[in-house]
Amino acid sequence: MRPDLILHVIAKFVIPLIILYALYVQFHGDFGPGGGFQAGVIFSAAFILYSLVFGLDTAEKIIPSHWLRILAALGVVIYAGVGVASLLLGGNYLDYTLLGSNQIAGQHLGILLVELGVGITVAAAMLILFFAFAGRGRD
Amino acid sequence: MVSHISLLLVVVPLIAAPVVAILPRGRLPWLVAFMVAATCAVLAGMQLWAVLYEGAISYELGGWAPPWGIEYRIDAVNAFVALIVAAIAAITLPYALLSAEREIPEDKIPLFYSALLLCLTGLLGITQTGDIFNVFVFLEISSLASYALISLGRQRQAFTAAYQYLIMGTIGATFYLIGVGLIYSQTGSLNMQDLATILPGVLHLNTVETGFAFLMVGIALKLALFPLHLWLPNAYTYAPSVVTVFLAATATKVAVYVMLRILFTVFPQGFAVTTPADELFIVAGIAGIITASVYAIYQENIKRLLAYSSVAQVGYMVLGIGFASATGLTAALVHLFNHALMKGALFMAVGAIVYRVGASRMEQVHGLGRAMPWTFGAIVLGGLSLIGVPGTAGFISKWYLVSAALEQQAWISVAVILSGSLLAVVYVGKLIEALYFKPVSAAGKAVSEAPILLLLPTWTLVLANIYFGLDTDLTVGVAEKAAAILMGMTP
Repeated sequence: MRPDLILHVIAKFVIPLIILYALYVQFHGDFGPGGGFQAGVIFSAAFILYSLVFGLDTAEKIIPSHWLRILAALGVVIYAGVGVASLLLGGNYLDYTLLGSNQIAGQHLGILLVELGVGITVAAAMLILFFAFAGRGRD
Repeated sequence: MVSHISLLLVVVPLIAAPVVAILPRGRLPWLVAFMVAATCAVLAGMQLWAVLYEGAISYELGGWAPPWGIEYRIDAVNAFVALIVAAIAAITLPYALLSAEREIPEDKIPLFYSALLLCLTGLLGITQTGDIFNVFVFLEISSLASYALISLGRQRQAFTAAYQYLIMGTIGATFYLIGVGLIYSQTGSLNMQDLATILPGVLHLNTVETGFAFLMVGIALKLALFPLHLWLPNAYTYAPSVVTVFLAATATKVAVYVMLRILFTVFPQGFAVTTPADELFIVAGIAGIITASVYAIYQENIKRLLAYSSVAQVGYMVLGIGFASATGLTAALVHLFNHALMKGALFMAVGAIVYRVGASRMEQVHGLGRAMPWTFGAIVLGGLSLIGVPGTAGFISKWYLVSAALEQQAWISVAVILSGSLLAVVYVGKLIEALYFKPVSAAGKAVSEAPILLLLPTWTLVLANIYFGLDTDLTVGVAEKAAAILMGMTP
C-alpha cells in the first residue's frame, strides 16, 4: 500500500466538490455573496490541491502554462468585450440594459458575462502565480 | 460620438493589453502596441479640440447617472494631460522597437508591451475619470504595471529598485485610499463634482482635514516630491531605457494632475491656503529644487543624474501649485508639458547611448559625443531646454514660474528658481564634458551612431522642445484655460 493512498483518494473525492462549489459561487454571485473573484480563487484552489497531491508535472499536463496565459487574457477580453458590445448597441460603455430584451434581462446577462470574465482571469492568474513559485529551482 | 472618445482612450489600450500578451514573439506585439498608442494620441488630440471648443464632456459609465455611477469628466485640464500622456506614448513606441529588443529578454517581449499598454491604460484612466475612488483604481493599474516594467531591467539592481518602488508606491496608494475613505465617511460621495458641492459645508470637521492630509501625502509620494522621492532615482536608473523614457515623461505628470484636481476642484480652491499644506508645498518645492539639483551634480551615472534632475523639476511644478495663483498654475501646467518633452528627449538620447555601449556610467561614455553626433546634439539641446535657455521650451516654463513668484513678491522663490537653473548648467555641463571633452576609451573607438529608428523619436522630441519654445499657443494657451478652470474662473 502506498503511503499517500489516503491523500490520493480524499483529494480525488474533494476536488470535484471544490470545483462544483466554485461554479456555485460564480453563478450564484448575482443573487447572494460571491462572484468572479471568489469563484476564481476557489476554482484554482482545486487545481493547487491536485498539484500538491499528484505533483507539479501531472498538474501542468492538465493545464499547460501557455494555456493559462491565454485564459488570463481571455477573461479580460470578455469583460472589456461586454462593454464594447453595449457600446456597439448604441449605449454607453458597460450599459448592460441594452444586452437583453428588457432592462432586467439585460442587466442579468451583462453582470453574468462580466463576472465570468473575472472568474476566468482570476483562476488563471492564481494558477500562474502558484506554478511560478512552485516551479522555482526546477530548471 | 464625441463623448465616447473619453472612454475609448481608456478602453482601447485596455483591450489591446491582454491581446498583446498572447501574441507570438517577434515584432507583432510591438506593431499592435504602436498602433494603439498612435490611436490614443489621435483620440486625445480630438478630445482636447472638442473640450476647447464645445466645453466639458461628461460620460456616464454603464449608463448610471453620477454621483452614483462612475463619471468620466473632461475639461481643458485633463484633456491637456491626457494628450501629453498619449502623445509621449505614441512617440516612445517607435523608439521601443529596437531598444526593447536589445534590453529585454526575447520571451518577455509580448508581456513587456502588454505591461506598457496597461500602464498607459492606468495613466489615461487617471486623467479621464471624475471619481476619486476610480483614480485610485487606475493609479494601481498604472503602478503595478510600472513595477513589472522596471523589474525587466538588465541589471540585478532592477529587482531591488522595482521592489523599493513597490513598497513606497503601495504606501502612497494606501495613504490616498485612507484619505478617500475619510472623506467618503463625511460626505457619502466619491464623485469629484458632487464632492465640490458637499465639501464646503463640512470643511471644519477634523476627519475631512485629516483626509486631506492623507490624500496630499499619498500623492506627494507618487509624484516623488522631495523628501518622498527616494524610490525614483533607482527606479529610473535600473529600468529598461524605454520604460525610463515613458515613466519619466508621464507618470509623475499624471500625479501632479491628481494633486491639482484634489486641491482645486474637489476641495474648494483657497482651502489649501488655510492649511499648512500650502507653505509645505513651497518649502518642499524649494528644498527639492536645490537638494536634488546638487545631488544630480554628484552622480556618476547619467540616468541617475537625470533622475535627480526630474525630482528637481517636480519641485518647480509643486512650487507653481504652491503659489495658488492663476499664473502659478499656468506655470505648473506648462512645465508639466515642457518637462515631458525635455526629459523624454534626454532619456531617449541616453537610451541610444545605452543601446550602443550597454552602460550609462560616466566613465564608460567618455568622448562618445564625437562618435554619436546626432545623439550628442539631442543631449545638448535637451540640456539647454532643461536649463531654460531662451528659445527652448524650458525657458517658457521658467518664465511663467518666475512671473508667478514675482507677482507675490516671493523673492526667495525667485532666487531659488534662478539658482536651480544655474545648478542645471553645472550638471548638464558635466554631462557634455564627459561626452565630448574627455578622451575616448579604447572600447569607445568602435562605437558608431545610434540607428535611425532611435534617433527619429529622439529628435522629434528635441525639435518639439525648440518649437514649443517659440510658439506657445498650444502650451500656454491651453494651460491658461486649464488654470482658469482650476481657479474657478469661467474661461
